Amino acid sequence: MAEVYLPSTLRPLFAGLPRHVELDAATVDEALDLLEERWPGLRDRLCEPGSGEPAPVLRRHIHVYVDRERAALETALEPRSRVDVIAAISGG
Amino acid sequence: MSKTVVMVGTRKGCFLLESDERRLEWEVRGPFCEGWPIYHVVRDDDSGAIYAAAASEWHGASVWRSPDLGETWTQSSEGLEYGDSGLKLSKVSGLTAAHGRLFAGAEMPGIFESRDEGKTWQVLSTLDGQPDRESWNDPANQPPGHLGVPAILPHPDDSSRYWAIVQGIGIFETTDDGSSWTPRNRGLRADWPIENPEVGYCVHKLVMSPLDSDRLYQQNHVGMHRSDDAGQSWTEITEGLPTEFGFAAAAHPHDRDTFYVIPLDPGHGRCMPDGQAAVWRTRDAGAAWERLDDGLPQQDAHVGVLREGMAIDNHEVPGLYFGTSTGQLFASADDGQSWSEIASYLPGIASVEVAIVD
Repeated sequence: MAEVYLPSTLRPLFAGLPRHVELDAATVDEALDLLEERWPGLRDRLCEPGSGEPAPVLRRHIHVYVDRERAALETALEPRSRVDVIAAISGG
Repeated sequence: MSKTVVMVGTRKGCFLLESDERRLEWEVRGPFCEGWPIYHVVRDDDSGAIYAAAASEWHGASVWRSPDLGETWTQSSEGLEYGDSGLKLSKVSGLTAAHGRLFAGAEMPGIFESRDEGKTWQVLSTLDGQPDRESWNDPANQPPGHLGVPAILPHPDDSSRYWAIVQGIGIFETTDDGSSWTPRNRGLRADWPIENPEVGYCVHKLVMSPLDSDRLYQQNHVGMHRSDDAGQSWTEITEGLPTEFGFAAAAHPHDRDTFYVIPLDPGHGRCMPDGQAAVWRTRDAGAAWERLDDGLPQQDAHVGVLREGMAIDNHEVPGLYFGTSTGQLFASADDGQSWSEIASYLPGIASVEVAIVD
């Protein structure tokens, strides 16, 4: 099971969403699909339509790391991967 | 006793201010919507729900809903996307509740509707086929940010008829619920080259007299204008105002000839002229204007008010409200004759609306 750590900014938006979820997923994209099933609308808070192409991409200020390496939606997960979803440090 | 509720959209969340009918003392509540930038907050008078148009830098555009005057909130963006059309939605700019549904104006330019109280949305129109439509969606032609549809003005009786503003392009009217559109910009002025005289006008705010659906007013980038034929033709009524530029406007609830604007310097500053805050009122449909500044700061007040930044209630003696892009909120309980500052340190204000709640 991959361990997915979600940004604190998501928790007030979805009832019962924990900071840390364990999921059985082969890619980041699949992990987000599983999260969407449990918390409808969550995927839309992290992804947007790609520019000029229908395939979605991570939102500009949402960064995902798999085992400390910057990742994209298609990045593969190992059975014990740690996935950190980060709302980028920005704003003021 | 009824409550007067002022709904404020700011750079860091939605705020609600409540008072009684006298509108002298105000309780401030918020921030709501998790501090997301809020571009417009409206109340659906039929259901009583409040809706807030939001766009988070992190989590994208969404519409928040509170059924209980801000006690609880949910948000949804299901369907707020253009699909394979090539358009990208960056922001929901303006909300309108009318005839049992919600409209949302968006950037890039398009109109969405919700028929289930904001749970799901559908594209209603992207104004395909209108003059200049292709160029206004060309990324090379975009100003900072994107062009969008900042407002939809509904007809009070005909649910299929409404007007939409496309920023920098002009007003379009539909009488068949968005299936077809007609530009409504005749008589407007532009200080820049225009290829097609039907479009290319910078309409900032469009309001309708609640007493007469043919009587429209608009604050334009260049001038104040009035229409007596539901937008089919426009007459400029700028003379007597200190500048031709501004964003906000409001129509009197009980007098079709009374109308309010906030002139601003037209340069990059876009603040009230000479650091002196004032609202201007006409009581004769724009023939003459009077300055209303009693209680407003008259020195070093370099404040601006955005297009949705002024509202008027429908009490017998109406109350006026405006919020500045630097977070001050002013109110008048006597039709603009005297003013007081009812919140001083809100985040920058994008929108102010008001409702009377029984």
